[in-house]
Amino acid sequence: MRSTIRPYWPPLTAGIALGLALFLTFLLSGHGLGASGFFTRMTAWIGGELARPAMESNSYLGPFLKAGAPLASWISWEIVGVFIGGFLAAVSSGRFRLRLDGAPKVGGGSRIAFALGGGILTGFGARLARGCTSGIGLSGGAPLAVAAFLFLIGFFIVGIAASYLVRRAWA
Amino acid sequence: MTLPIYDNGIASGLICGVLFGYALESAGFASPRKLTAQFRFTDWSVFKVMFTAIIVAAIGLYAAMATGVIAANSVFIPTTYFWATLAGGALVGAGMAIGGYCPGTSSVALASGRLDGLFFMIGMVVGTGLFAGVFDPIKGFYLAGEGPKAQTLPQLFGIPTWAVIGILIVVAILGFALGSWLERRSGGALTAEQLNAKDGDDSMVQQIGIGTLRTS
Repeated sequence: MRSTIRPYWPPLTAGIALGLALFLTFLLSGHGLGASGFFTRMTAWIGGELARPAMESNSYLGPFLKAGAPLASWISWEIVGVFIGGFLAAVSSGRFRLRLDGAPKVGGGSRIAFALGGGILTGFGARLARGCTSGIGLSGGAPLAVAAFLFLIGFFIVGIAASYLVRRAWA
Repeated sequence: MTLPIYDNGIASGLICGVLFGYALESAGFASPRKLTAQFRFTDWSVFKVMFTAIIVAAIGLYAAMATGVIAANSVFIPTTYFWATLAGGALVGAGMAIGGYCPGTSSVALASGRLDGLFFMIGMVVGTGLFAGVFDPIKGFYLAGEGPKAQTLPQLFGIPTWAVIGILIVVAILGFALGSWLERRSGGALTAEQLNAKDGDDSMVQQIGIGTLRTS
């Protein structure tokens, strides 16, 4: 593990690398990158372990369970890859460190509450939008889908407004 | 060989994911402070990286279609459901402003040692469960305002694809210029050194009772 911290890639470099990874993903799989789809399958799986009959009868998550092995899908392996890639990049650049990051101006309990609350909004929102920043914003943006730009308009406008409300915790 | 090859196996998922995760962390997107700074206009990395990536992949896809390397309509294009797409984007934006991440970035956050990324993920599972719980009553909203299937900007505005990409490039250049100017006014974009040096965060790890997991 490196002890000195290497700088991030310049945004243009990172954007080109991310764009090429996205293009390669389209050529390989026929679709783009994603993330929230994994958490949908994870929720279906956890629900199935906790209360299978109730979860199977759920009109949204039931089909994931009935199809069998909800976690055995491309998106799950992609997220495993995201972990590996993120870990390799962090470790090789001296940027890996175990910590509780998050809203820097508040204590540990509040940081956890912010992360949980933000996660709940995001989990709900990604299902409503049929994808997240990666699945709709980025991967829909590449083929110039109207849905992607509509999603990004909502994302930035409300993100800026919500950020203003929590500004004392974050900056 | 015809492209796309529609390989949705384990190796395909792993390869795409590793590249995605490596690029996200290298861009600084494992840091919730960097991600949320976009909404405060003090760090424009989210706009710069996302817009560049969309343009690069868009050029790749449309060049591949124009040269017959891939067929038109051969890749997945999401369909707009006006209200659900807009409201969903709004909630994901609020979620990032408050919680610090989106689904993909919370994954690289945890991979870089950020435990709050794990709490964000737990929240997402709860949020997904809540959505499933109210799916039947909100189904009308979920399906409202359905647009033409897989509609693109060139189709919506009736202008050529290359013109749309050209407009996006102009918007990107203006955004880079405005963003860099605002970053300089607020002391520069957040650096890896600022966001990863040892500081008060370490004591937070001990505060929540997992100090023994510390690696350094």
